[in-house]
Amino acid sequence: MAVIKIEHLSKSFGRNQVLKDVNFQVEKGEVVCLIGSSGSGKSTLLRCINLLEMPSGGQIIYKGENILDEKHNIQEYRTHLGMVFQQFNLFNNHNVLNNCTVGQVKVLKRSKAEAEKIALKYLHIVGMDQYVNAKPRQLSGGQKQRVAIARALSMNPDVMLFDEPTSALDPEMVGEVLKVMRQLADGGNTMLIVTHEMEFAKEVADRVVFMDKGVIVEEGPPSQVLINPQHERTKEFLKRTLK
Amino acid sequence: MSLEWIISIVENNWQMFLRGAYYTLLISIISTIIGALIGFFIGIMHTIKVRKKGVKYYSLKIINFILTCYVEFFRGTPMIVQAMVVFFGLDMAFGIDMHFITAGILVVSLNTGAYMAEIVRGGIVSIDKGQYEAASAIGMNHFQIMLNVVLPQVARNVLPATGNQLIMNIKDTAVLNVIGVTELFFQTKSIAGNNFRYFESFFVACVMYFIMTFTASRILLYVERRLDGPDAYQKEQKEAI
Repeated sequence: MAVIKIEHLSKSFGRNQVLKDVNFQVEKGEVVCLIGSSGSGKSTLLRCINLLEMPSGGQIIYKGENILDEKHNIQEYRTHLGMVFQQFNLFNNHNVLNNCTVGQVKVLKRSKAEAEKIALKYLHIVGMDQYVNAKPRQLSGGQKQRVAIARALSMNPDVMLFDEPTSALDPEMVGEVLKVMRQLADGGNTMLIVTHEMEFAKEVADRVVFMDKGVIVEEGPPSQVLINPQHERTKEFLKRTLK
Repeated sequence: MSLEWIISIVENNWQMFLRGAYYTLLISIISTIIGALIGFFIGIMHTIKVRKKGVKYYSLKIINFILTCYVEFFRGTPMIVQAMVVFFGLDMAFGIDMHFITAGILVVSLNTGAYMAEIVRGGIVSIDKGQYEAASAIGMNHFQIMLNVVLPQVARNVLPATGNQLIMNIKDTAVLNVIGVTELFFQTKSIAGNNFRYFESFFVACVMYFIMTFTASRILLYVERRLDGPDAYQKEQKEAI
């Protein structure tokens, strides 16, 4: 069953149409990688899904309801989606532990003790439980991103969204973040990942979606899209990235 | 010999000097705090974004217009004149008879607030957009984002400017002597008026002003360092779970 279903989604910034009639869905437990060149609309698609960008048209169906209806509570919907940003965006005024608990306490109304227990569990999974009292500025990029992943997981979301999680990292630190993500994928989490890491996509993804100029050009299992692409534009893109 | 005069002035008048310094500090500290709160209020009002339609939008516009008038007026007129207007003017026009200390605190607070408004607005605008996005993404509403993520960072960022205001206020309260506030300058004037030793008396005042401002700036620097903590982090030795 689809966790999130997108129908006829479009998005324009002024006259510039970034997404054109995108139809797409994510199944429970599925790992989907969105690939494509810069400006193809993949990040915008991801940001439209959790409404950081308001879609210009179309529907986003979550649990059978169109969350773009006026009556729908956006804040409540967002708690079901975990977002990981390219620039980490940890709360600079909170330490590692509070970064993972503030949302649980303020939004989900969990008790502080419960929130801390959950936060520590996920910080342990990402290997950052020894840094609970550190401030974000005391951490390296890879460490920040792992905390950001733990922060998103602490909200117990249905879907994890990753927006180029390794693009702002040193090559050395990419590995530690991908390792955590691989672990999550193996653990049965539903994940939607915008990435330029083709090798990672090949290994981890159940499905790869290739986007170009605001439309989905091709989608299917990695063995098909990445290794044996049908579409000319996909072939061209892969030829340039894999070399 | 001046040095002997200085010693004798301090010996004979130390209570008056200290009482003056007490009022100077009292007014400047209270006013800086109230002024910072005014600044935060205006800064937040100026950065609220609402859709360009409806009652909400227009009432916000009107409030912000009034607030801007206030800021421009208090930044654009001398505090010594404001003190006269507030203390004597309000009494004559509306029959509001304020204690001069209250009037002093009011004038300095409103002045500080006018300057802090722009500082806080700049502080809010300078917070990385990613901070709002990350907070929105975990389901916080605007109020929660401001309270838990944005404003604490703004407070940290405007701390040096607030310290600057405090130091300026310690010095500028001297103008309140025109409405009879018995702060340090006023007291020194009285002392000098009795002994006719203007240089020596004001030299003592000068040293006292410097001690107050210098101490204030050191304390603030210390607070800033404490808030920031060390650049590197020592790992927790024991397992957290």
